[in-house]
Amino acid sequence: MSEIPGDLKFLKSHEWARVEDDGLVRVGISDHAQSQLGDLVYVELPEVGASVKAGSGVAVVESVKAASDIYSPVSGEVVEVNELLGDKPETINEDAFGEGWIFAVRASNREELNELLDADAYAELVENEEH
Amino acid sequence: MDCPRRANDNVFFAGTHTVMTEKTVLNATHRAAGARMVDFGGWDMPINYGSQIEEHHAVRSDAGMFDVSHMTVVDLHGPRTRDFLRHLLANSIDKLKVTGKALYSCMLDEQGGVIDDLIVYYFDEGHYRLVVNAATRAKDLAWIARQAEPYGVEVKERPDFAMVAVQGPNARAKVLDLLHEADRERIARLGRFAAAAAQGPHGIPLFVARTGYTGEDGFEILVPEPHAVALWNALAAAGVRPCGLGARDTLRLEAGMNLYGQDMDESVSPWEAGLAWTVALDAGRDFIGRDALERQQAAGVPRAMVGLVMEEKGVLRHGQKVLTDNGEGEILSGTFSPTLGKAIAFARIPAGEPGAVRVDIRGREVPVRVVKYPFVRDGKACEGV
Repeated sequence: MSEIPGDLKFLKSHEWARVEDDGLVRVGISDHAQSQLGDLVYVELPEVGASVKAGSGVAVVESVKAASDIYSPVSGEVVEVNELLGDKPETINEDAFGEGWIFAVRASNREELNELLDADAYAELVENEEH
Repeated sequence: MDCPRRANDNVFFAGTHTVMTEKTVLNATHRAAGARMVDFGGWDMPINYGSQIEEHHAVRSDAGMFDVSHMTVVDLHGPRTRDFLRHLLANSIDKLKVTGKALYSCMLDEQGGVIDDLIVYYFDEGHYRLVVNAATRAKDLAWIARQAEPYGVEVKERPDFAMVAVQGPNARAKVLDLLHEADRERIARLGRFAAAAAQGPHGIPLFVARTGYTGEDGFEILVPEPHAVALWNALAAAGVRPCGLGARDTLRLEAGMNLYGQDMDESVSPWEAGLAWTVALDAGRDFIGRDALERQQAAGVPRAMVGLVMEEKGVLRHGQKVLTDNGEGEILSGTFSPTLGKAIAFARIPAGEPGAVRVDIRGREVPVRVVKYPFVRDGKACEGV
């Protein structure tokens, strides 16, 4: 299990959100989540321009055994998707917190970020799940 | 992230509840090797040791091993055992004429529904051995004991055995190297679906069968529990890669092999589960379920099991709806095939020419091709797949 980067915020459902310098919120799934899912073989990305609500299903990741909804941590408009995942979904297994990001949202309500778990709280959640 | 559409088996995210599960004698060995463990039919089993796909490729290209000690071994003793098996099994035990030969068969109920599929080994007229599924253990033992009674056959479970499947193009050579010199040549000559006793490393007594569930050559080895860890470690040292039940599932589906509970159960007959080749309607043999099978055959079998391949990206999964010209069917076993790089599945659909077949994936109708299976043989795509 790699270290959880301290600048990330999390949903209980294992998505991470990173607020970037230009205000974009980049979203992926945690290293814990990818290791639970196993080898990923397909990612269904949202359309650029789609409007999304916090807590709603935006993307789908499929591993050999399971399909899982990916929820958006914030409301807003999808402005970028990680096209690399089309050919290399395993990027999420290899670098869940970095190259394996899934989509980026221009947030319409930054307040929603306050609802998310910080890295320590998320680490605790994972810890409790494993025991 | 959530898993509302995951496959019917709870192989992922299974760590949060605390149900008592059974452990094989290799449990600590798996954990020490970093295996991800899951509850599989009441057993705490390794799903993978890292990458399920790499484990799959190891079996297709070299050699891998699986702990299948959760499977149920049952010995049958008594002078009327062959008579009993003529009655119990849909396949004909009379195909077994030579000591050590094995047969794959369904065990049916009176309605022709599949209670379980199994392998039976012939030792001598007074001794046969069954290997049945783990998830159906209690049901199978009760059924077998009930049916055996009039024949005076003793039904004895053998929980004292662990079982290791060693599979892949190099599997046999790697196992043979570990056997006592005196046994090597004899075991090397063992035909497919035949078994024999042999001495393993440190004189461990083994029962070696040239069978498997991956579509590759190899052995399934019964070993007394106290020696299982030593055997496993010797195989690992010989370069056999530990593989989990995840890879076992993708390998068997590529190889076109049924999984009990997913591809068939009591609600379907062998005719509807692609298992007609395992039913022997030999003259004068009164096996359980035969009347029902013959009735269904005469009336017309309403459903058929077919293989599906999807060219579009995505994964076919258990429970997805299949649309055909003759009505709806459903995906039984479905997965991403690591060898083919696309999704494959078994589906049960209404009988007859199906026309253009589609699968409903999250509300989208995705075209699929109906193909003959196995999907993969000798590590390569089969013709037409």
